[in-house]
Amino acid sequence: MILTNIETVPGYKVVELCGFVSGSTVRSKNAIRDLGAGLKNFIGGELKNYTDLLRESRDEATKRMISQAEALGANAVINVRLATASITQGAAEVYAYGTAVKVQKTGN
Amino acid sequence: MIDIILLIIILSVIYMIGSIIEKNHFKKLKKKEVEYIKLPAVGFGCKNWSSNKQIKDVGIVCGEAAIGCDYFKMFVSNLKSFFGGRLTSVESVLDRARREAIVRMKEKAKKIGANVIINVKIESTMLNECEQKNMLPQCLVIAYGTAIKYE
Repeated sequence: MILTNIETVPGYKVVELCGFVSGSTVRSKNAIRDLGAGLKNFIGGELKNYTDLLRESRDEATKRMISQAEALGANAVINVRLATASITQGAAEVYAYGTAVKVQKTGN
Repeated sequence: MIDIILLIIILSVIYMIGSIIEKNHFKKLKKKEVEYIKLPAVGFGCKNWSSNKQIKDVGIVCGEAAIGCDYFKMFVSNLKSFFGGRLTSVESVLDRARREAIVRMKEKAKKIGANVIINVKIESTMLNECEQKNMLPQCLVIAYGTAIKYE
């Protein structure tokens, strides 16, 4: 599965449009980690737990988008966008969406 | 009276620790940015890519960072926002988070051997926005772009 966030796939040619695909997820860490992050936040600096949380939720959202695209019979998703929102304290939503297409390799 | 003295002690300790952490982070960021300066990341609006070279691989790369705003910065920005103007203490938190995210994105691109990253987008959100007074905001940033690898 090829993912790009531009309108074409370089080196490939779009042959068929399959439709709009999206995937979203809301995740949170456990209460102990939230407490730890809160203490760390008091003195500032990087919050490793929340970085992990963001990475996990981005992976999950992309995975869901890809499975939707596979169900439509596509082999690439173009124009992928990621949007984030904070729902409640310590929870992050990541929403990934794009256009599923079928692509074919061209000469160059 | 004791409350005020305690607050001043706490604020000064947090200011010292926070500024050390920030200084180290900026130093580390500068070092990494110099290291990855040869990997070009073309910004917003680059929708098409054409070159004479054969393209081998195309894929998406992401980098994420979560930076917290410490108690001293929040205290100062609360005071300052009463009068208005630039909130320099919060600006530096956002700046650190964005630069860190871009550096991590470049790190991942280098690992898969990409030659160029195009159409870089930055998406950011704040956890714990300061609706309640004792909440400290945290800045979450995702940077992503299309990595292109030549033959």
